[in-house]
Amino acid sequence: MEKNIVLDIKHLTVTFEVEGDVIEAVNDVSLTVREGETLGLVGETGAGKTTTALAALRLVPDPPGIIKSGEIFVCGHDIMKAKTKELEKIRGEEISMIFQDPMTSLNPVYTVGQQIAESIILHQGLSKSEAMKKAGDMLEIVGIPRSRVNEYPHQFSGGMKQRVVIAIALACNPKMLIADEPTTALDVTIQAQVLDLMKNLKEKYGTGTIMITHDLGIVAESCDRVAVMYAGSIVEEGTLEEVFNDTKHPYTEGLFNSLPNIGDYDTKLKPIPGLMPDPSKLPKGCAFAERCQYATEACREKKPETRSFSDTHFVKCTAYDDPGFHIERKVVFDE
Amino acid sequence: MSDVILDVRHLKKYFSTPKGMLHAVDDVSFTIERGKTLGVVGESGCGKSTTGRSILRLINPTAGEVFFEGQDITKLTEREMRSKRKEMQIIFQDPFSSLDPRQTVLQAISEPLKFNKIMTNRYDLEDRTLQLMRTVGLAERLINTYPHELDGGRRQRIGIARALSLNPKFIVCDEPVSALDVSIQAQILNLLEKLQDEMGLTYMFITHDLAVVNHFADDIAVMYLGQLVEKASAREIFSHTLHPYSKALLSAIPMPDTRKKQERIILKGEISSPVEPKDECRFAKRCPFATEACWAKSPELKQVEPNHFVACHNYDKI
Repeated sequence: MEKNIVLDIKHLTVTFEVEGDVIEAVNDVSLTVREGETLGLVGETGAGKTTTALAALRLVPDPPGIIKSGEIFVCGHDIMKAKTKELEKIRGEEISMIFQDPMTSLNPVYTVGQQIAESIILHQGLSKSEAMKKAGDMLEIVGIPRSRVNEYPHQFSGGMKQRVVIAIALACNPKMLIADEPTTALDVTIQAQVLDLMKNLKEKYGTGTIMITHDLGIVAESCDRVAVMYAGSIVEEGTLEEVFNDTKHPYTEGLFNSLPNIGDYDTKLKPIPGLMPDPSKLPKGCAFAERCQYATEACREKKPETRSFSDTHFVKCTAYDDPGFHIERKVVFDE
Repeated sequence: MSDVILDVRHLKKYFSTPKGMLHAVDDVSFTIERGKTLGVVGESGCGKSTTGRSILRLINPTAGEVFFEGQDITKLTEREMRSKRKEMQIIFQDPFSSLDPRQTVLQAISEPLKFNKIMTNRYDLEDRTLQLMRTVGLAERLINTYPHELDGGRRQRIGIARALSLNPKFIVCDEPVSALDVSIQAQILNLLEKLQDEMGLTYMFITHDLAVVNHFADDIAVMYLGQLVEKASAREIFSHTLHPYSKALLSAIPMPDTRKKQERIILKGEISSPVEPKDECRFAKRCPFATEACWAKSPELKQVEPNHFVACHNYDKI
């Protein structure tokens, strides 16, 4: 039986209007996440990953941000139609977010216990002392001794702060979790601890997760499906296997070619030339055409349409109009 | 006979804190050969940037010697050192905060030339700036723009042009690509590699990203809590890792590959405090292989194979 869909975003378009310029941050993005599944959302700075995530909680700052169109369902709740009261109930209880920087997302004047207990009191109606007890339980789940529940954020190291943030996000057992670069600010050995923890918690509670990251290594480690974003659009989406080993979009190929590989000493890196286009001046054709080695006249003229290579693998690229087209990247496995 | 350009001996940098002396860099020794790259890796707080800055005497080391082309630069006066820095430059991590927001590209790149009175004529300065901009791949039309108008990759190119303006022999690259997106990161790495080939530059490349140094460095030094724990050629360190910390560090890198499922060594705990450390192995607290000996005495860095140094009591038993 198919697992329940916990997050369903349909044709989301978000713009920011700044000083007369219209910045198209997210253009017609659709994605779904099922229970217990992790979707990796990959892309460079400014690709619209975080804005997509914020929209799912209706946290896009307005003004200047406007959700132009689209529908968002979290566990069946229609987020776009929900009133503020209802939204407050959904956030934290059904859907939670882990922010990138644990150094700034905690309140320095409250103890970590109080910060975890806050959402428990709000959503589960427990008394203060019960909530503090539950906060201690949460700390233990993320691997911090219960005795530290009355300490302040500055007494914790970066990795521990991020665990506290995870404990806050998971305090009410949400069905959907959005993790926005949860380990970018951490060192690799600490990152390994935190990713390991998130994986265990996902298996235990069956939370659906969107993992926003720019690190393809993290995606390979922790995600079931991958969506690659470029200039506000999802250009390739598929299972981990499909996107990594049967790459179709030239941008995804470029990302892989830019990565230095461990154990490979001779291959020169092949960066993607140029820069991402200014999101207030997107070209009329494919946004990647300027930097794409395969781009044709047709790519510059019309927006690419979504085409599917399997039930789960979708690519937006006009070059595939030519039935003989394929990208250069081949994944070779040495056994 | 190898041509050693930089020879660092027993470098120490301690900072005084209310709780005692913080041993940021504690007895670090290494050499770099001319035209080569030494990658220095480690986690935040391990003293890698402090080492880089102490070598250039941007902060004065507490003890130890730094020989640059045979001359002990820790003995130079401030004035002599200032002129020495023409040959020793640094590229900083954050291209967003290392440039003066009120300087144009022209002013930023030509400032070192003016400051050292190498050129004073406005036209010469502009010529040299344009030449440097071409070298690092900045379009000439950007000469009068301000940093806020440029993206991270271009700003980092300005930082590189500034470092190159005095024709240095040696450059400390302090996490030069950490703040950049992967596609831009690859552009900058290729540029640094090209400049090294063309100008015979020597790099000390400080980073926390092992994949980057693996690609870029000839030798790699791994630091932990102010000390060097392992040093070897890049190939050797990846294929034949000896120190348990280096092993954990290598296994922790997430690989962008779906088929290579590696055995991950998850370290317990976090880096302990570098304030007044005891005479014991600083990694012992997190090390799965720690024995009596590790708590009794801090291990010394020993050469165990040609050009492979390790500081561990039990490296041959694990």
